[in-house]
Amino acid sequence: MSGKEGGFRKRKHDSFPHGHRREEKDSINFSSSVMTSFRIFQLELDTRHDKYERLVKLSRDITIESKRTIFLLHRITNASNVEEILTESEVKLDLVRQKIKQVAQELMGEDVYQYHRAISPGLQEYVEAVSFQYFIKTRSLISLEDVNRQLIFTEDNKEEEKKLSSDSPSKQKNTWNIKVTPVDYLLGVADLTGELMRMCINSVGNGDIDTPFELSQFLCQIYDGFSYIGNTGPYEVSKKLYTLKQSLAKVENACYTLKVRGSEIPKHMLADVFSSKTEIIDQEDGLS
Amino acid sequence: MSVSEMFIALQGVLTADQDIREEIRKVVQALEQTAREILTVLQGVHQGSGFQDIPNKCQKAREHFGTVKTHLTSLKTKFPADQYYRFHEHWRFVLQRLVFLAAFVIYLETETLVTREAVTEILGIEADREKGFHLDIEDYLSGVLTLASELARLAVNSVTAGDYSRPLRISVFINELDSGFRLLNLKNDSLRKRYDGLKYDVKKIEEVVYDLSIRGLNKAATGGAGEEK
Repeated sequence: MSGKEGGFRKRKHDSFPHGHRREEKDSINFSSSVMTSFRIFQLELDTRHDKYERLVKLSRDITIESKRTIFLLHRITNASNVEEILTESEVKLDLVRQKIKQVAQELMGEDVYQYHRAISPGLQEYVEAVSFQYFIKTRSLISLEDVNRQLIFTEDNKEEEKKLSSDSPSKQKNTWNIKVTPVDYLLGVADLTGELMRMCINSVGNGDIDTPFELSQFLCQIYDGFSYIGNTGPYEVSKKLYTLKQSLAKVENACYTLKVRGSEIPKHMLADVFSSKTEIIDQEDGLS
Repeated sequence: MSVSEMFIALQGVLTADQDIREEIRKVVQALEQTAREILTVLQGVHQGSGFQDIPNKCQKAREHFGTVKTHLTSLKTKFPADQYYRFHEHWRFVLQRLVFLAAFVIYLETETLVTREAVTEILGIEADREKGFHLDIEDYLSGVLTLASELARLAVNSVTAGDYSRPLRISVFINELDSGFRLLNLKNDSLRKRYDGLKYDVKKIEEVVYDLSIRGLNKAATGGAGEEK
């Protein structure tokens, strides 16, 4: 019994100056059916809570590693280091997927939704990382199906070949998979837009003039998508819509500045104009 | 697939989800209605005249549980069987309520704690998650805690009705329940909050017992109890 519980007990006794309680307590048969069943409940609840805690821990690890991957991807400054960083990020994401595999193993035979709250933050962050990498590679949005396809795990040995050769429906015993829910996917994508906004500002700083326009267009598409969903989705999704709108505005303003000032200022000075411009935007955000 | 196509697909999923929830809400409303009816029947035991009538009231309540079974059977069909916890929040509350009502009936009939298996049988659902629509253990325990509050009230009212032996039996019962709950390592969740309320029920019942014993009324009661039973 925890210390907390002990304190509670003490308090309780304080409010009972008379001695009834003791006597009655002693008369309780500790092997009675009630006690026996509560002992079973104890075991059941402990097992459940332990599993939940393990999943929270895994989820946290997934979040941290995903965040690191995102930072790594932000370090792409010019064409020369793109390949190198993409390879490195792939390694990192593989590590994250190993963690997700552990989650999938933990959830084997369980109702995923029972523990959904434990793992959902990690999965969202993973979607953010994986979609960011995908965007850098292909300049498009990764689909939910593609995300989930990467989360089918097979036993490391021989079965690896099977996985590569086909999407054979014959499920082996040693297959685990976990599905990112549509809502987690949406929330992950919403967070992605924040990263894209940063990438846009950074790329101007690096003298990359084309990327901001590409990003602006892409963000516009995502914004349209979210507007289409509107508030039919759960509350969290509608909440993100607001942040998304702000990110989009920043990127659009950046593009505007680029267009207007770009014609008159030499490329190397543009970055300076820009960093001061974004500062102003950030300050405005702070006020609102 | 273009971005807009993806979002259209996602929107479709969300709408389907909403539709399921809407269906579930309808059934849950009907369940709540039935639960209120059962409660109304059982509330009768707190009134002076109700004490003689307990078996009758239990019988009536049990008839209502037939309706509960029907509703629960229809609830099962509203969503995919392996997604119980996705929609759990919708019926969680009413299920706890029904557990309480079933536990109350069983207590009134036999003065024992209803087992989880017995509740699931009364409600026509499963005890094991693997078998389908089941009773979550936390919901069962929550329902049992509601029973404790109700028994505290019953102890008071049975004294008013002149039954001095019942509070003593309730006291023994509730103490055993309390020891049972002490075995559990609860997290800081809603069940824990409910459990923290249990001590007030224990306190209330002990006050009643104290009042009776200090006046020697419990001695008289143990003699009288035999006749009553």
